[in-house]
Order: sequence, then structure tokens, then C-alpha cells
Amino acid sequence: MIDALAQLGSRGIAAARRLGRGHLLLLAVLRGSGEVVRRPRLLLQQVFSVGVLSVLIVAVSGVFVGMVLGLQGFYILSQFGAEATLGVMVAASLVRELGPVVTALLFAGRAGSALTAEIGLMKATEQLSALEMMAVNPIRRVLTPRFFAGVISMPLLAAMFSALGVIGGWFVGVGLLGIDDGTYWSQMQTKIDFDKDVINGVIKSLVFGVVCTWIALYQGYDCVPTSEGVSRATTRTVVHSALAVLGLDFVLTALMFGN
Amino acid sequence: MAGSCPLAALPFAMTDAPPLVKIRGLRFSRSGRTIFDGIDLDIPRGKVTAIMGPSGTGKTTLLKLISGELTPDAGVVEVDGQDVHRLGTDELYRFRMRMGMLFQTGALLTDLSVFENVAYPLREHTRLPEDMVRKLVLMKLEAVGLRGARALMPAELSGGMARRVALARAIALDPMMIMYDEPFTGQDPISMGILVQLIRRLNDAARLSSIVVSHDVKETCSIADHAYVIAKGRIIEHGAPDQLFASRSPWVRQFLGGLPDGPVPFHFPAPTLESDLLGEPA
Repeated sequence: MIDALAQLGSRGIAAARRLGRGHLLLLAVLRGSGEVVRRPRLLLQQVFSVGVLSVLIVAVSGVFVGMVLGLQGFYILSQFGAEATLGVMVAASLVRELGPVVTALLFAGRAGSALTAEIGLMKATEQLSALEMMAVNPIRRVLTPRFFAGVISMPLLAAMFSALGVIGGWFVGVGLLGIDDGTYWSQMQTKIDFDKDVINGVIKSLVFGVVCTWIALYQGYDCVPTSEGVSRATTRTVVHSALAVLGLDFVLTALMFGN
Repeated sequence: MAGSCPLAALPFAMTDAPPLVKIRGLRFSRSGRTIFDGIDLDIPRGKVTAIMGPSGTGKTTLLKLISGELTPDAGVVEVDGQDVHRLGTDELYRFRMRMGMLFQTGALLTDLSVFENVAYPLREHTRLPEDMVRKLVLMKLEAVGLRGARALMPAELSGGMARRVALARAIALDPMMIMYDEPFTGQDPISMGILVQLIRRLNDAARLSSIVVSHDVKETCSIADHAYVIAKGRIIEHGAPDQLFASRSPWVRQFLGGLPDGPVPFHFPAPTLESDLLGEPA
């Protein structure tokens, strides 16, 4: 019994330490933000690697999620004779929820895991130590540009996901199931509120961008520098990011849309 | 120096210059295991100093303590008269521009070519025009015999070539000292011969001070002016390589002679074989 309590306490302390180290790392990354202003090329390289290289998976997913929404929405709405509101349903679902959340999950799987593996391998192959010995701060040079690249890329990817999803829904609803084209777009234009729906979706994706990139960088920087350590850290990045995104989505939704 | 070492009186009494690295009362432990238990050590200027000892004795840790990457539990590490562990972050980074380090793996930046790897510290810390950077990089690569490999990527280099490129990068800013972490491990005889010769030649030509951490006794002793042998958290012997080979310490004799059993036992601590075979399964 005492042993079990001691073990629980020890795990709690270890978790608190990890949390503390993670926050200190975030602070150090933010303190180095001047680096991305002084060397914008570093940021652009990372926006390409983190953002542009994620475009394909996000775009394809967006189209298919929109198509599925169009199909499912049509069958449900047509039972109430409300299929004309399909455009609103597709757009609201995408802009408010699915756009930011699914993009964040895809981002964690594609870019987050790559960030963790890259930084973990740089640690395992002593590249981070070599930077230290060359009097170059690896947090400012390696982590800060990647962090801001993630934060910039996520809202753009989420916007692209939502836009392509709306087009996917249109293709199924209007193109295949015969909803009136004008109704699809005009209902959407009337009912979707820019501030309440679009801006809140952008805020969500920004928050998810910060959290997912932070988790990915921390896991890479703090990993055990062995092949097994890097592999475990990469797994943790995807799992922790997914849980954080889903949990935060509930909190943010309650704050934004709750009475 | 060096506690109870019988050769303690010998090393640098002949030179008046203060040592480049002065370590006093260094204690360091990690995960409850004592790595250094109050060691004193001097690294002289302009010499090649070897730090040898069996694997896991903390040789690389010692380099990290000298470079300020790790902080000791107790004791002082002075480099060129400055206590490296009392420096602020910015001061420490400025100080490191005067140190070079060759890592065991080379630690080249894998997304940069050989040329860009060597140019990296110059681009980071100087505002030299591009043609000057090019000339300096080519001179450094010429010094390690790899001027012709400047366009290659790190993945295209052999282990020995990667270390030579890393050496060119380490001397790019003309440091006062270079630390070599196991430079000979896993090298074929030709690469090893090249590295041995390079370390000595660069030390003398560029008036560097070199610290070579290694357990390759023959190669290290062939270029070292002075050597320390570390085991069990203490310095067990030091002196010129000839003096080490004449040492009566059983630790030193086992290490230098490559004997399988001795103070470092062949068997990992365990119950007796009889009790293990006849007793309850673990």
C-alpha cells in the first residue's frame, strides 16, 4: 500500500517536472522570437517544411470530409424537408469544429511527429550539442523558427481544409444529389456569421497550432537520445496532441458558443 | 594534484605558464551514481593532453563539464582563468567561441553540405564577406585534406571523413583549445592514422591546446604530451605516456595492457555461480 502510494507520488512529481520543463522550454522559445525577425529565411524554410508539405494530406482530407458531410447531411435533412440548408450545415460544421480539429489532428500526425523525430535525432546525433559548442543557442536557432512556423501554418491549413470541405459538400449536394446551387451558397452566406463562426474557428486553430507545435518540440527536445527514445517521443507527440486538441476544443467551444 | 597519485609531482612543474584548464575538487553525480569524486586536474597550454580510462568512467562527461554543458555538484572548473560555471548564458556562448569540440559522431548538421558545415560558425559569428568565408573554409578543408569533398553532403561521407570535416569546423574560428571526444573509435587503420597525425599537426601548427578523450591507448599515447587515467571517479595516474607505462598501479597496468581481469573485474557483480545454479530462479 505504502509502496503503491510512493509510486503514485513519484509519478506525480515526474509529471509535474515534465510540465515545468515544458513551460520553461516554451518561455525560452518565445524569448528567442527576435531570431525569426532577424533571420526570416529560417522561418520561411520551416513554414515550407511544416506547412506546405502538409497541404496535400489536409487538402485531400478536407475534400473527403466535406463530401461525407454533404452526403450524411442530405439524408438527415431531407427527412425534415430541410435539404436546402445543407450548405449551412456543411459550412458551420467545418468552420466551427471539423476544420480546426481535424486539421490539428492531421497536423500532429504529419508535421508534429516529423518535428519530434527531427529534433530527437538531432539530439541523438549530438547536433544540438554541436550547436551549443559553436556558441549557437539551439533553442533560438532550431526550435523557435519551427514553433512560429507551426503557429502560422495551422490557421492557414485549417482555412484551406474548411474551404475545400465546403466545395466537397457542394459537389455531393449540388452536383450529385440535385440541391439548388443558389440555395446552397445563399443559405450559407446568410447564416454563417463572420465573427461568431469564422473568427472563432481561426482562434481555435491558432490555439491548436500553439499546443501541437509546443508538444512536438518539447517531446523532441526532452527525449531520451536513443532510437527507442525518439520512437517513444514521436508516439507521445501524436497521442498528447490529439488528447490536448480534443480537450481544448470542448473548453473553447463552451467559452465561445456557450451562453 | 591528483590526490594520491605517485606521479603527482612530475607533470607541469617545468612550465611557468598557468594551465589552460584548472579543475579543483570536482564532484559530479548523475542518477545517484558518483561519476567524479573530488578530482584535481590541469591541462597545460600548447600541449596534447590525453584523458584515458575504461568505458563509462565519465571521460565525455568531463569534457561537458569543461565546456559548461554540465554543472558540477561541487568544485571549480577554470578555463583560461575563468570559472566556466559562473558565466551567464551569453558570456558562456561568447566563451565557447574560443573552444572547439570534435564529437564522437562528428555531429555535422545533416541538412548542410560539407562547405556549409565548415562555414556555419563563420557565418554565425562574423560579418566576413562571402569571398573571405569561402577562402577560409577552403583553407580549413585543405588542412584536413578534404577540400575536394566540399560539395558532398554528410550522408555521403565515411565516418573518418565526417570527423575530419567536423575538425575543420571546430577550428573555423581559430579557437584556443580543442576537445576531442573519442576521435579514433570505429576507424579503419588509415583513417585512424590520418586523425592521429592531424590532431598533433594542428595542435602544433595552430598553437592550440588539445584534450583527447579516448580509450585507444596506443594511438592516444603516440601523440599525447601528458595523460591522465581515470577510473572509479578518481584520477588514478598521470604523467607522460612513458611514465604511465612504467606505472605499478594495477589499474593502469590492466588498462594499458588490455588485461581482461583485474581491478576492473571480468564478471559483473553477482551471487556465486553455485547459489545461482542450485537456488531459486530469479
